[in-house]
Amino acid sequence: MNFKDNYDDLKLKQLSIFLTNNKGKLYKVLNLLAENDINIRALSLADTSEFGILRLVVDNPTKGQKVLEENNYTFKISPTIGVELNDIPGGLSSILKVLYDNDINLDYLYAFTHEKTDNAIVLLSTHDLNLLIKVLDENKIYIVPSDEVYHL
Amino acid sequence: MLWDEKAECMERDEINEMQLKKLQKIVKYAFDNVPYYHKKYTECEVFPEDIETLADIEKLPFTTKDDLRESYPFGMFAVDRKKILEIHSSSGTTGKPVVSGYTKKDLDYWSELMARGLTNWGLTDEDIVQNTHGYGLFTGGFGIHYGAQKIGATVVPISTGQTRRQVELMNDFNTTCLVVTPSYGLYIGEVAKDEGYDPRKLGLKVIGFGSEMWTEEMRQRLQDTFGVPAYNIYGLTEMMGPGVGIECTEQNGLHIAEDFYYPEIIDSNTGKHLPEGTKGELVLTNLQREGMPIIRFRTKDVTALHYEPCKCDKTFCRMERITGRTDDMIKVKGVAVFPSQIEKALLKVSEAEPHYQIIVTRPDTLDQIEVKVETSPDLFSDDVTEMLGIQKKIGEYIQNEIGIKVKVTLVEPKSIPRSEAKAVRVIDKRNFNN
Repeated sequence: MNFKDNYDDLKLKQLSIFLTNNKGKLYKVLNLLAENDINIRALSLADTSEFGILRLVVDNPTKGQKVLEENNYTFKISPTIGVELNDIPGGLSSILKVLYDNDINLDYLYAFTHEKTDNAIVLLSTHDLNLLIKVLDENKIYIVPSDEVYHL
Repeated sequence: MLWDEKAECMERDEINEMQLKKLQKIVKYAFDNVPYYHKKYTECEVFPEDIETLADIEKLPFTTKDDLRESYPFGMFAVDRKKILEIHSSSGTTGKPVVSGYTKKDLDYWSELMARGLTNWGLTDEDIVQNTHGYGLFTGGFGIHYGAQKIGATVVPISTGQTRRQVELMNDFNTTCLVVTPSYGLYIGEVAKDEGYDPRKLGLKVIGFGSEMWTEEMRQRLQDTFGVPAYNIYGLTEMMGPGVGIECTEQNGLHIAEDFYYPEIIDSNTGKHLPEGTKGELVLTNLQREGMPIIRFRTKDVTALHYEPCKCDKTFCRMERITGRTDDMIKVKGVAVFPSQIEKALLKVSEAEPHYQIIVTRPDTLDQIEVKVETSPDLFSDDVTEMLGIQKKIGEYIQNEIGIKVKVTLVEPKSIPRSEAKAVRVIDKRNFNN
């Protein structure tokens, strides 16, 4: 594969949203996205006793961004990448081994499966995303282009 | 008991005559020796010789905390810095703090004022005074210390904290006078009980309390806890420190040391005098101070003055306990805190205009302060560890600014109510108005 240097077509525009840890907060933001016809591809929630960070990959991140802005949410576009792996035992650990061997520390990951293929997609995030992409590519691990993830 | 009967029991006309003499003298002294006053009075075209009666004090412009701040650090000194033996400081509303300087004579005056109060409460050289006020730039610690030494009492300069040790020493030393902030006093009482002591049997004779707002109910709780009377002390760093006003055993207002301070009550909007007994902003003038004479200082503290004779022998007028502020200063754990200080700390973490709210509570007996900060892209990270780091950093900056630990809570944007006129920066859930 011949990527552009910054691998823009591989980076998913993940939305990371600040939420306080109170009743109804998660519902409110998800409902807001639903009302605006934004579909969630994958979701993870990191939480502390007082606040949480909701991480979302949606079908239309530009629209998602606009809706969140209009509704005064604190959020960031935090790029992440999606890696396809076989939905079998050992699928994820084989990828993690590559990262371990190359001394890459992940900030977080979460996975989802979808109907179109038998494969799972795992979303990976680390500080130096370009390095991560380079290492994965060198090890022949397929990174799903962002457009493909949005339109699964 | 009286420490200086001659000074403390003058007739009203004697007091006024002495005050006029001292006022004329100190206005001239300030005009001649403090560039700030020379410039200000010249600009206002008012001169020392215009003070012919006590009422003429109204011709003089006020001095504000901001004026003092602009003269930071030593601009208000009337003497060569070499003659200043000690410096104290209190927080400014924004930026720089306010500095107070004391010559040898000033330290004597300060001791004298506190000695009068302690003597009024019945203390002598037989007594042991445990001083839990902080020793440091805060004037509370040293003011009490000097006064207690002046009457020959034994001082235990323990400062605030180490509460179990406070109780242990009270018991071991037979402390007879405990000096506290009301909330800390109540806390010591609880710890004493937890440690198996009966606070009423620790041998105390009297409690002196000050440096935070209080209610009659709190005083009652303090007295019930320890089984001894508790008396209030008032003062402020700018004017010297504790000792401006001290309660006598009648507990019916604080006698202002009128030979050292000239008190006025003004309408804080118009700056005009209010009739006797009406609540308004207290304005104070140093009538006797060498290092840093301050004329017509706006304290921003709300009180009323009463001139009718007290049941005790002292003839000085009495001020009511402070029931409010004309600005947004709050006192937490005895420390003056301005919302602007919190704002300054937040601006160090993020360049965006901070939206925040300060919530002060007293869940049990001790003050707690929580600062709610709205997140912004500047104050947000996708990473939980970094977010906790931001929270911690905000807490540290605030603590560095105001000197006390706060709980920082990050909240969503626009979740703090906006008001059209002025943002409600402080929610004080402690109730001082009953």
